[in-house]
Amino acid sequence: MGLLQAHCPGAAGTNVKTNNIQLIIRLLIPLGAVLLALLIGAVMLLSLGADPVSGYATMFRAAFGSLDGFSETAIKSIPLLLIGVGICIAFRANVINIGGEGQMVVGALLATIIALAFPALPSLVLIPMVLLAGAVGGAFWGAIAGALKAWFNVSEILSTIMLNIVAVQVMNFLLRGPLIDPAEVARGTAIPQTMRLSSNADLPILIEGMRMHLGVVIALGMAVGAYFLLWRTSMGFRLRAVGYNPDASRYAGISVPKNVTAALAFSGAMAGIAGAILVFGSESHRMVTDGSSTGFTGSAGFNGIVVALLAGLHPLWSIPSALLFGGMLVGANALQRAAQVPSALIIALNGLIVVFVVSSEYFKQRMGSAPRVDDGPDPIEEGGNNG
Amino acid sequence: MADSLAVLIIVSTIASGIRLATPFLLASLGEALGQRSGVLNLGVDGVMLLGAFGAYYTVLQTNNPYYGLLVGIGTGLVLGVFYGFITLNLRAEQGVSGIGIYLFGLGMSDLLFQKFVGTPRPILPFMPLHFPVLSDLPIVGEMLFQHSIIVYIAFGLVPVMSFILYKTTYGLNIRAIGENPEAADSLGVSVMATRYSAIIIGNGLAGLAGAALAIELGIFQQNLTNAMGFIAIALVYFGAWTPTGVMLGSFLFGLVQAIVLQCKTFGVIPRSASDLAAMAPAIITILALVVVAKRFKQPAALTKPYVRGG
Amino acid sequence: MKRSYLYLAAVLSALFLLAPSSILAAGKTLRVAIIAPSARNDLAFTQSIVDGIKAIQKERPIELAITDGTFVVEDAAAAIRDYAKKGFDLVIAHGSQYGGSLKEIAPDFPNTAFAWGTSADTFGLSNVSSYEAASDEGGYVMGVMAAAMSKKGGVGVVGPVEVGAAKLYVDGFVKGAKAQNPKIRAKVNYIGSFSDVALAAEAARALMASGADVLTGTSQMVVGAIGAARAKRVPWFATQANQTELAPEIVVASQVYKWEVVLKKILADLDKGIKGGRKYQINLANGGIVIEFNDGYKLAPKVKELGLKTIAGIKDGSIKTGNK
Repeated sequence: MGLLQAHCPGAAGTNVKTNNIQLIIRLLIPLGAVLLALLIGAVMLLSLGADPVSGYATMFRAAFGSLDGFSETAIKSIPLLLIGVGICIAFRANVINIGGEGQMVVGALLATIIALAFPALPSLVLIPMVLLAGAVGGAFWGAIAGALKAWFNVSEILSTIMLNIVAVQVMNFLLRGPLIDPAEVARGTAIPQTMRLSSNADLPILIEGMRMHLGVVIALGMAVGAYFLLWRTSMGFRLRAVGYNPDASRYAGISVPKNVTAALAFSGAMAGIAGAILVFGSESHRMVTDGSSTGFTGSAGFNGIVVALLAGLHPLWSIPSALLFGGMLVGANALQRAAQVPSALIIALNGLIVVFVVSSEYFKQRMGSAPRVDDGPDPIEEGGNNG
Repeated sequence: MADSLAVLIIVSTIASGIRLATPFLLASLGEALGQRSGVLNLGVDGVMLLGAFGAYYTVLQTNNPYYGLLVGIGTGLVLGVFYGFITLNLRAEQGVSGIGIYLFGLGMSDLLFQKFVGTPRPILPFMPLHFPVLSDLPIVGEMLFQHSIIVYIAFGLVPVMSFILYKTTYGLNIRAIGENPEAADSLGVSVMATRYSAIIIGNGLAGLAGAALAIELGIFQQNLTNAMGFIAIALVYFGAWTPTGVMLGSFLFGLVQAIVLQCKTFGVIPRSASDLAAMAPAIITILALVVVAKRFKQPAALTKPYVRGG
Repeated sequence: MKRSYLYLAAVLSALFLLAPSSILAAGKTLRVAIIAPSARNDLAFTQSIVDGIKAIQKERPIELAITDGTFVVEDAAAAIRDYAKKGFDLVIAHGSQYGGSLKEIAPDFPNTAFAWGTSADTFGLSNVSSYEAASDEGGYVMGVMAAAMSKKGGVGVVGPVEVGAAKLYVDGFVKGAKAQNPKIRAKVNYIGSFSDVALAAEAARALMASGADVLTGTSQMVVGAIGAARAKRVPWFATQANQTELAPEIVVASQVYKWEVVLKKILADLDKGIKGGRKYQINLANGGIVIEFNDGYKLAPKVKELGLKTIAGIKDGSIKTGNK
């Protein structure tokens, strides 16, 4: 399966067997694909009556041009990175997790409930607790899909899509009813949101005067953690073995159902943490719904998939990849403010980038026709891989 | 009196379920065809959105819903060629490139709408057909024979698709390639051409589904499909890759939606639980699949690019 | 910095002495930003506030920046912060879901005036004004007329999720209908989504099948419901903007928001140096809510008269519409 092959130049510090020229080609081709997509974006900008050069300059400046902008980009990248890391884990076990949106929502809800229940706990206790609650909530939602696949043969594509729908309605129900801000009831305005959550659960700001908060560190930590999980633990070995060759794994005594469930649970946990960070690192420090999951997640559950794929399904390469997409989103919003260009343009452009990058794989494999760059020790000898 | 009211309600609920099922059915049939040939397309929703906008804009300009349908299909066909090129010639990862297509369709349809239309303007929808005698039948008439043409196209495609898949050489080729492309290739079936055709037709149906939605509703707006395309993909799994199964899945999903609406209308479901009730179609779909899924297997070559001698 | 203030003060006082006050108001170009959840030309919630500012632009120079389609709450928060940082005079957060963010952001920018709607809370901050629409009033008027029009004794509402402004309007409508005809069956269907157009259409059909022969609804998905009503020629009452052009044959009347009524007050406060702390409401009495009848719809004169009478009653306070 193509997904299980490395999509990107070798990972930091492992088994790099290629020579430099091939490495450069492998790096340049996906970048070329991104540039091609941006070129088409330029044509679209022109047709909208905006100057593409200054348009892109605005985007770049907003996203990376200042410390403030970079702080925004970093914040925007957090959920993308976490979802991406979760996708890496799931895909390694040959599971497609399209349920990031729902897992984020459920993780955020559970974390919110914990924060509402124990507002007086000191930050040092409460923050780890709410993050853990997020992970548990997301893992639970992911594990449902995992168990359905493992024991009932229900495709995770189906179940995660359906579970996304369910999660949104759970959120609407809870925020409209049991979790609603009592002040909203008293005032009769009924805005579906919780009260401002305990400030003990606020994620601490990293640099004074900027919005960048602890969530950035956590996301980075999870990316590194996932790398170790996948390539340095026996758990990770089993996940990858099941993904690579379920039959051989079964023969070797590895439980396929358990590991498929575990993969979706891990993936869901990452999404759940992302959801919790969205709540406790948000401007409002509360959970609020506009009736859809997108209003809360900003579609990170989908965009994160793209992040992982651009990164060749490698947790560490997901970091720059998440920054790139996070920067695009920040830039797009700035572009909308500066030149009144609809942000729909950037959604379309993101789509093109995905398509082009995935397609560029073909050229990468033809032109850098080197032995496949490995991104970690393989669980089982990979023979007879095609394409 | 009470009885006749109950009948009336049941009839209108079933009719409503049929209407709600129609766009799902069209999109699922297309997706099923593609998957049968071994190609997964997660971009259905994006294709539907672009098809919907194309159809909407056409009807807005020409006032002819049939032109709209054609443009919707055409949009899908073009995207099908594009998707075929990416996944077959360039062998791009299917799950991912589909998500790319989805995002592209989501953004592009919104962008085009804002640039060329802006403020939502209604278009001429299809009028319900009137069949002599049939439409005037009690009960059955309202349930089955008072729908717009698009409903009959969608459900009519089910036997057509079954026939093609199971009774023609072309259908045999599609199924063979989805299960074992190497074997089919060695027997002289062109894997490339067959998959291309399945993808193009499948996307055409997705475009048609979008067109049907926009014209039936007489309107377009940002994200009109509301992720219907993803549910359509799920329904393909539900329907075990057979046209009849897909039809049953779509109808079940639509029917549960309709029943929930009806229950809310009559206050059977209290307002405080309206969100919980809105989950019902999703939950029932999962549960139904738990019951049936063990018996079916997906096409063996699904998502696997084919390389001769590879 | 200080010197320029002095200079400005000198010029202003000179102007004040020499010029009539209208020119004074026209002297300075105000920079106003709007952050809103849907498209600026959505014929509904977002368009209403944009139209409000545009109406004022005819009277005084305003530099307007719009960030629309911001349904992601965090993106809206970033935009609010960005506009405040860029020195906009007034930042309008047009969405009740933005309030939680605004409460945290506004204290960081004491020199910027913020307005938040629809809501009735200023968080006790001196630089936040709130504005809301008494949409229950329009809902009530329409409920009265709908009940009077119904031949089968049933009216129907297609609602999104039972929250905020949508709930206010729907409750007002039901109350009005019951006031006109205590026996009326007023059915409300909250479909669980603000955007599912297809579901909205079927909800409208379900309501019609259950005996509702006059309909209304609120949020962006109603375009689907209006289409379904149009196919059966069932009269429709619209809200948030004049939706007559969506279905000229069936739209009886629209509740239209004239936000310029409160925006003018907020700007007048600003001119006086008051940046917030005040709560505003548009309603029938102050002309911020207007019921626009569709001249193309042949409304029975008796019903229209009833509607106008109800409007007058609400205006003079003899009819109470809300739950409070």
